[in-house]
Amino acid sequence: MNAKPNLNDYIARIEEACGEERDIIIHLKYERKDEALDKILKRAKMEKNIAGIIFDLTYKGLSIRLYNTGKAIIKKARDENQVQSILAELLL
Amino acid sequence: MFDPYKVREDFPILKRKINNHPLIYFDNAATSQKPRQVIEAMKEFYERHNANVHRAVHTLSLEATELYEEAHEEVAKFIGAQSIEEIIFVRGTTEAINLVAYSWGLRNLKPEDEVLVTLMEHHSNIVPWEILSKIKGFKVKYADINPDGTLDYESLKEMFTPKVKLVCVTHVSNVTGVINDVKWVTELAHERGALVLVDGAQSVPHMPVNVQDLDCDFLAFSGHKMLGPTGIGVLYAKKEILEKMEPFQGGGEMIREVSFNTKTRRCMISWNTLPWKFEAGTPDIGGAVGLKAAIKYLSALGMENVKAHECDLTDYALKRLKECSRVTVYGPKDAKQKCGIIPFNVEGFNSHDVALILDSYGIMIRSGFHCAQPLHQKFRIPSSARASFYVYNTREEIDRLIEALKEIEESL
Repeated sequence: MNAKPNLNDYIARIEEACGEERDIIIHLKYERKDEALDKILKRAKMEKNIAGIIFDLTYKGLSIRLYNTGKAIIKKARDENQVQSILAELLL
Repeated sequence: MFDPYKVREDFPILKRKINNHPLIYFDNAATSQKPRQVIEAMKEFYERHNANVHRAVHTLSLEATELYEEAHEEVAKFIGAQSIEEIIFVRGTTEAINLVAYSWGLRNLKPEDEVLVTLMEHHSNIVPWEILSKIKGFKVKYADINPDGTLDYESLKEMFTPKVKLVCVTHVSNVTGVINDVKWVTELAHERGALVLVDGAQSVPHMPVNVQDLDCDFLAFSGHKMLGPTGIGVLYAKKEILEKMEPFQGGGEMIREVSFNTKTRRCMISWNTLPWKFEAGTPDIGGAVGLKAAIKYLSALGMENVKAHECDLTDYALKRLKECSRVTVYGPKDAKQKCGIIPFNVEGFNSHDVALILDSYGIMIRSGFHCAQPLHQKFRIPSSARASFYVYNTREEIDRLIEALKEIEESL
């Protein structure tokens, strides 16, 4: 029986960026980044597609900038718990 | 003649592709890449000479000791110190500054004293003094900077009361690349009876630095920013000051004798000679070997050539950045006033966006405060993107940075 997927299957690292903005940087696991990108792109609302490299998305009032390199910035999140729950909704 | 393309051949990592683009490494102010000469020297040490240093009689220990002491000699020669007694190996610039804070500051600074630092310091030259001031009760004062990021020398002079016992100043700003006139600062400080600690993390790797010419009392720098390995750095201090200082950490290596007195039931301890008195425990011998190889590499290139090359790249980048209408560059626009560091922002993006977009082009830059939040507050910016150059960078790479920035601008 396959184990239920969890966030660790997709996320390599979550870091609060340095700077006044306090953005949260998400590093997707390289080997599953394409699958993760597909899921996020399907579930979040696309605001802008910049040359297929950068995707400006919104989800539940949060703005997410997703990169085809497997990284993302979540702006103005309340805390890491909110980021975890948003990522769980987008990826699981 | 200095040829960055020939230099590049020595750096295996530069052959990598990142996100399907050739790697462009513009994060040199954070850490530098390593030439194969450094990698090979460390490999050779661990494969052939590895042993602990000092106080052993076997062959390997003698070899390791000689290599370790030669590394001190190479550093002393590189910065113009009088002898290896003035060269203490530490983990990096941060530890070197903390050594001065706790070994010198803890015993010499009194509640009525003042420590003068500048607003452009890296956190590592602010935080130790703020922590120590809470223990000792002295005051930390901050000399201002001008709107262009240069040091406000008048502000520094005005703040120089007789209470100032130590001035802590960076030689080169890790954010703007501004080169401070440290010689002017040491002259002023010594006239008024204060010591000077220079943060050389961004100067020693990039330009000729001679401690006797600067006449600084302490100079701190890191090996990893000058082609050497992480985990090794240097504190230079004048011998007469080190002789009066108590050790920073206690343990093996830094003692001459620890004898147990059966009457008092206490240990009587005497210190080792300089510089070992300040190097407690087994040191980073492999790191020292790597640092020595890095210094030999830089010396062969010539530090004047290194400086001229970075100045050329900075000048070229500053000119080309003018083509990017949404880019704001901070700090002086004259490359002669600075080392190869350029902080900037792109209108419509925050610095982390810029760094992530450039990453998708294989261009590595840093974003955020760069451990210099007070300077960003002074500039009234939430963070900045920072491109920093070194010996293996080329004008072609700067062209690629500009092309990428133009594409970012067009995407808006």
